[in-house]
Amino acid sequence: MNHEDTITAISTPIGEGAIGIVRISGPQAIAISNQIYQGKDLTKVDSHTIHYGKIIDPRTDELVEEVFVSVFKAPKTYTREDIVEINCHGGIVSVNRVLELVLSQGARLAEPGEFTKRAFLNGRIDLSQAEAVMDLIRAKTDKAMNVALSQIDGRLSKLIKNLRQKLLEVIAHVEVNIDYPEYDDVEEMSHEMMRTNTKEVHAEINKLLAVAKQGKIIREGIATGIIGRPNVGKSSLMNALVQETKAIVTEIPGTTRDTIEEYVNVRGIPLRLIDTAGIRETDDVVEQIGVDKAKKVLADSDLILFVLNYNEPLTDEDLALFEAIEELEAIIIVNKTDLPRKIDLEKVNKLAKGKPIITTSLKEEEGIDDLEETITNLFFSGEIDHNDLTYVSNARHIQLLNEAKQALEDAMESIEMNMPLDIVQIDVTRTWEFLGEIIGETASDQLIDQLFSQFCLGK
Amino acid sequence: MQYDAGHYDVIVIGAGHAGCEAGVAAARMGAKTLMLTLNLDMIAFMPCNPSIGGPAKGIVVREIDALGGVMGKVIDKTYIQMRMLNTSKGPAVQALRAQADKALYSEEMKKLLENEENLTLKQGMVDRLIIEDGVCKGVITETKAAYYAPAVIMTTGTFMRGKVLIGDLEYESGPNNQRVSVKLSEHLEELGLRLVRFKTGTPPRVNSKSIDYSKTEIQQGDDKPQGFSYETTEFITDQIPCWLTYTNEETHKIIDENLSLSSMYSGMTKGAGPRYCPSIEDKIVRFHDKPRHQVFLEPEGRDTDEVYVQGMSTSLPESIQNKMLQTIPGLENAEIMRAGYAIEYDAIVPTQLWPTLETKQVPGLFTAGQVNGTSGYEEAAGQGIIAGINAALKVLGKEPFILDRSQAYIGVMIDDLVTKGTREPYRLLTSRAEYRLLLRHDNADLRLTELGHQLGLISEERYQRFITKKELIEQEVQRLYDVIIKPDEEVQDKLRQVQSTPLKDAVRASNLLKRPEISYELIEKLIGSSNADLPDDVKEQVEIQVKYEGYIKKANEQVKKMLKLESKKIPHNIDYDAISGLSTEARERLKKVRPLSVGQASRTSGVTPSDISILIVYLEQGRIARVAN
Repeated sequence: MNHEDTITAISTPIGEGAIGIVRISGPQAIAISNQIYQGKDLTKVDSHTIHYGKIIDPRTDELVEEVFVSVFKAPKTYTREDIVEINCHGGIVSVNRVLELVLSQGARLAEPGEFTKRAFLNGRIDLSQAEAVMDLIRAKTDKAMNVALSQIDGRLSKLIKNLRQKLLEVIAHVEVNIDYPEYDDVEEMSHEMMRTNTKEVHAEINKLLAVAKQGKIIREGIATGIIGRPNVGKSSLMNALVQETKAIVTEIPGTTRDTIEEYVNVRGIPLRLIDTAGIRETDDVVEQIGVDKAKKVLADSDLILFVLNYNEPLTDEDLALFEAIEELEAIIIVNKTDLPRKIDLEKVNKLAKGKPIITTSLKEEEGIDDLEETITNLFFSGEIDHNDLTYVSNARHIQLLNEAKQALEDAMESIEMNMPLDIVQIDVTRTWEFLGEIIGETASDQLIDQLFSQFCLGK
Repeated sequence: MQYDAGHYDVIVIGAGHAGCEAGVAAARMGAKTLMLTLNLDMIAFMPCNPSIGGPAKGIVVREIDALGGVMGKVIDKTYIQMRMLNTSKGPAVQALRAQADKALYSEEMKKLLENEENLTLKQGMVDRLIIEDGVCKGVITETKAAYYAPAVIMTTGTFMRGKVLIGDLEYESGPNNQRVSVKLSEHLEELGLRLVRFKTGTPPRVNSKSIDYSKTEIQQGDDKPQGFSYETTEFITDQIPCWLTYTNEETHKIIDENLSLSSMYSGMTKGAGPRYCPSIEDKIVRFHDKPRHQVFLEPEGRDTDEVYVQGMSTSLPESIQNKMLQTIPGLENAEIMRAGYAIEYDAIVPTQLWPTLETKQVPGLFTAGQVNGTSGYEEAAGQGIIAGINAALKVLGKEPFILDRSQAYIGVMIDDLVTKGTREPYRLLTSRAEYRLLLRHDNADLRLTELGHQLGLISEERYQRFITKKELIEQEVQRLYDVIIKPDEEVQDKLRQVQSTPLKDAVRASNLLKRPEISYELIEKLIGSSNADLPDDVKEQVEIQVKYEGYIKKANEQVKKMLKLESKKIPHNIDYDAISGLSTEARERLKKVRPLSVGQASRTSGVTPSDISILIVYLEQGRIARVAN
């Protein structure tokens, strides 16, 4: 069986390891990689070779990532199709950008388990393994689906719903003109009305795409805030997490220049340490950050790491912070166990109200394992309410937004060419369907429902 | 006493719009066919609106004609008015609609059936099917006549346990006070078929002499009427107008005050009614702030005074129907000849059917038309011809005939019905067709004549004419791609005359025709006419194919993708329980619908893309296993 399309996905587990691999399989795998790769001409290299080079955004010529690219030509590959693997070093964000570039060049995001499925369908895997393939598809899909659905930012989902509703009303309007030509209650949809509506939606999609690129709506990892009084060891904790996991720190400039977000991963779970701009600066400045600052951090976090000083008694400030995190998911870290104990641990226990407590000496590198284990446990027990986790579906959102945009531009072109509106509407409907895929809504009978709720139709 | 009344190849129960197409198709394909109807005077009767066609539906009539069916031919002989709708819009959504002379249509159809070789027409009420080893072998009438045939097509419309409702009056009846069929419903339930209760309604008919038309707006037919059938050459030009008037606040007040007297609002009916054909009560309730609703006055024929009051479907008591009509301009003195009514009936849950319209439960039993939960004469006829064809094919031992969603509206409708089912009487709408640019009214013959010919439903003479037309179109399209237009003064002048931008460089004629303001007629003036004398329908086809080429191409690409999944067949004996990994919901749905292809499976509700992936892997596993053995 030959597949005509080329699929891609990030094939390394989420956030795990310093290297991320984007895998591409299908007839266009090599050509697509070549379009975003600066280095040797990949269409001319031998099979089963690896090459050093750069990934460039062909739209802007911007350098995205330095990579190693492995080229495997059919049929001696996992899927028996051409395969290219792009090894990225830049952590989650740049792996994600590379994936997005591959998608923009015509690859389609692989369904869960699809590489294995192709391997099977192309005869690479024998019959006895078929059951396992199906189980794999099921398992991967369910997990991916859950994550994908839970991760859609509430605002994004609402925005897209609104856009879809707007398009749906336009579509229903055209449909009613077609199916009930004598129905004189609605004015005939005009090119001008269509132009206004499509322009508005187009602007909104563009805005979404721009924001998505900045990583504002489409976030990766669990937003994690580190709080605590001055001098308790917040920056040491941060450094410890960064060093321990050897993650590569990536800067994402936000709307305000001084916001820096750092990504670390803890046993495969990506954490986005938020609003740590100050922490990495000199201790003196950092430790000015008090409760006020902490409150802002709290509001943005999915997980709080609250650091206390083992060597000092609890202060009013500590108590205030305890109060502030009462309703939140948090881990209490009592640091500096290398120094004599002056803190009332029993009181800490009481104030924690069941939240996990870890004792550490970050200076002596003690207790970090405990902390990592606690974070992992919290995550897998589902207690951390992560808004969005996989970058896969983020890239998927961007791809679908781009497809929606393209379809809408086709419609707008037809409007300018003065094509009949029922022809224009074909592409408007496609736009509506692409947007629906982002939020997991299928077409089904929505349009017909809309038609009959919006208009009072007779014959 | 039961007696052997004869042996046939195909038996059709019912002679409505579905039954007529089914009977004629089966007979013409060589099957010895019997048609049984409750009343020989009511063949192809229109118990509701006196019209055929309209958006989507009109295209279905053309499709039936291209397959060799009869609806188009009969309406072309009996219309009182013909209009092409949506002429201001694109070619994909234009459609014909005819106002019919009801009595004449029925008479004409009866004549056609009587003159059909291989077809026997009889009056009779079928009470039971003859079932042997779970297979349908024939029918038994109330007069104890046993007719035998290996294929039976049920086209019983709204007659099964039909109940008519007017205000608080309710009585068992088929439409238009015909006899109701009760035993057949019970018998189908015994056989394990699931039935559902639907309802629909019809407005009052008023006496034309009592209408003051001066207070209404006239609606004329087209000056140059066209026909539904590709074989029609003569057109009726003596047309009768329809009239338009409106309800008003006074009308709405009367309805509002008497709502509790309407059968549909007093809780007398339980059936699900169609949203696209609401009663006037529904309209007032659901769209309360609308100040007025359209009311079309449609004559029911040339030689009758009965006028159909379209838009006023109701189940209010007769006295209130009188009152409300009299508030409408032009109807102040209107005299009701027949009161409006609601009708409730049994329909078969259509997911119990294969796409051939044979029931899964009872091999040999086909069902078509309103009994499958649809509404509309055209929808019924479209199913009728497919059921007739497949019943004949089955008897002849040939492969079934299934139209896909890219081939015909009929294909869209049947796929919707058997894959998704329906919760209300199903009506075709252009929005149900995802490839509607391909499913045009103008190209129904190009889509389906070849198939009709293969089935033996298209005469050799007609087929030759079709081939010639096709060749002329291809040649002329090619010419437009070959001929280059140079920007000389004459050309620029002609372009300016139609407000088109003058040419910068020479262009192919085909490219110039792609401009929306440029017609084929103008191109013809610029490059001269074809050597062949091209008929108008060829010119129209050339213009559409060239003008919308880009859009058509895009649609064709989508079709190609869809067909890839359609071509992956699922064996009849597949055991969904043996496929590990399917979600429980998908498993249940697939077991019920039993799709024939992966494509159909993917359209089944509750089946997700990952279920489809798993299904593909499973099917492939079976294929590999067979090869290995």
